[in-house]
Amino acid sequence: MIQVEHINKTFTVYRRNAGFNEAVKALFHRQKEYIHALQDISFTIGDGEMVGYIGPNGAGKSSTIKILSGILTPDSGACSVNDRIPWKDRKSHVKDIGVVFGQRSQLWWDVPILDSYELLSEIYEVPKNQYHQTLEELTDLLNLDQILHTPARQLSLGQRMRCEIAASLLHNPKVLFLDEPTIGLDAVSKLAVRDFIRRQNKLHKTTVLLTTHDMQDIEALADRVLLIGKGRLLLDGSLEDLKLHKPGKHATLDETVAALYRDYRI
Amino acid sequence: MKKYISFFRIRFTNGLQYRTAALSGMVTQFFWGAMEILLFKAFYEAAPEQFPMEFSALATYVWLQQAFLTLYLAWVWENELFQTITTGDVAYELCRPVSLYNMWFARGLAFRLSKASLRCMPVLIFAWFLPAPYGLTLPHDISTWLLTILSMVLGLLFVTAFGMVVYLSAFYTISTQGTKLVISSLSEFLSGAVIPLPFLPPKLGRIFSLLPFASAQNVPFRIFGGDLKGDAIVTSLALQVFWFLMFLMIGRMMERHALKRVVVQGG
Repeated sequence: MIQVEHINKTFTVYRRNAGFNEAVKALFHRQKEYIHALQDISFTIGDGEMVGYIGPNGAGKSSTIKILSGILTPDSGACSVNDRIPWKDRKSHVKDIGVVFGQRSQLWWDVPILDSYELLSEIYEVPKNQYHQTLEELTDLLNLDQILHTPARQLSLGQRMRCEIAASLLHNPKVLFLDEPTIGLDAVSKLAVRDFIRRQNKLHKTTVLLTTHDMQDIEALADRVLLIGKGRLLLDGSLEDLKLHKPGKHATLDETVAALYRDYRI
Repeated sequence: MKKYISFFRIRFTNGLQYRTAALSGMVTQFFWGAMEILLFKAFYEAAPEQFPMEFSALATYVWLQQAFLTLYLAWVWENELFQTITTGDVAYELCRPVSLYNMWFARGLAFRLSKASLRCMPVLIFAWFLPAPYGLTLPHDISTWLLTILSMVLGLLFVTAFGMVVYLSAFYTISTQGTKLVISSLSEFLSGAVIPLPFLPPKLGRIFSLLPFASAQNVPFRIFGGDLKGDAIVTSLALQVFWFLMFLMIGRMMERHALKRVVVQGG
């Protein structure tokens, strides 16, 4: 169970105009600006739910994921994942969760994928036979057979992403946070990844929270959608609720979401 | 503990695969060592009575230094760690059920040891075959060997703990270029990597030998060559322990503080 109550997070940003004069001015006086990344965010996600977290760029999606995974500390508010406060009990908390940051890599660049996996399994203290079983299952489902012995640097983006997702699941986490897991993937890989996430949820009752800009991800995966904009939670409902904002009869999902963002002025 | 050993292992095996770098490093070290000894030879012949070390102790110092260069030099940075922090990839490291400090400490040890293990033997064997006093002079008593090994371990622990402070400073500054540059040149001079500390003016040398930098290569190599004896060994070892614990503490405090205010940039 994930509970988030009245979370706030503010970042300080230094701004200046372009140009030499402005740069010199900034040496003496920097203009500070506070960005309210998250303002009074509250929601609850039950065990085994699959929730899509959407919003325009810079809305605060990644910040939420980072708070939930114990990396960031919010300025105020309460939050618990399976009765643990992520940033306080970081080490015991992260044992139970899996995180995929679509834009970053957790694999060792110069060694075969399998080496990275072995290290991860030892870091998470996964028993040997369980590790082999999980690995077999993941290899099968994500089609990793050919690429496990290749160093990460020689893989294509799609291949690497599949390996990243498998890496985050080696310890059978109960909760999975996916931050743009399908970014840059081709159609086949996207389908494989979606299929896999669905299966993981069905088979192991994994709770999934996923952020994405790909509305087809949402359609394929999420029973429930959270919309965030300018740091505020604007909508908590089903995909059907989103479709109420459909601008025309034949509007695509992307157009619907664009209309939704317009309706909420975000 | 087991996870940190695994961490050590993967970093170590990872370090072993860069063969060309090791080979070229070794060639450099042969030449550098030979040139340095020839240079000191010239000084020695000009005024042997003013030479602050035995010549054989100096040659031993130089060869050990070349063989174990990557163990103790401050500028052996793991740039990946700086990048991890500045690009925000550290987010993944923070999602692991391990202490960031211990994980990186194990990694730092493995990085230095893997580099050194590839390079040290050829240099040591070569130096051992050189005629006295230009080569490696081995001590006769077992206690000197043991003290050298103890001091080498302490020195390595200290250098790694010192490096951790510099890595962690990346959480506070956007670019670590400046810090790295200052630290590298300062420590190279103060640790006796350019010239052994006994060659400095006596007053200055005494001050320098109290500074943390002197707790790296300076102590074990001088014990091995017989330049440090008796009480001086005890004091130096105690200083090594002191500075190691000091930097361990500073690093851990920085870790705690940095993780509280960490901001992961770029989505």
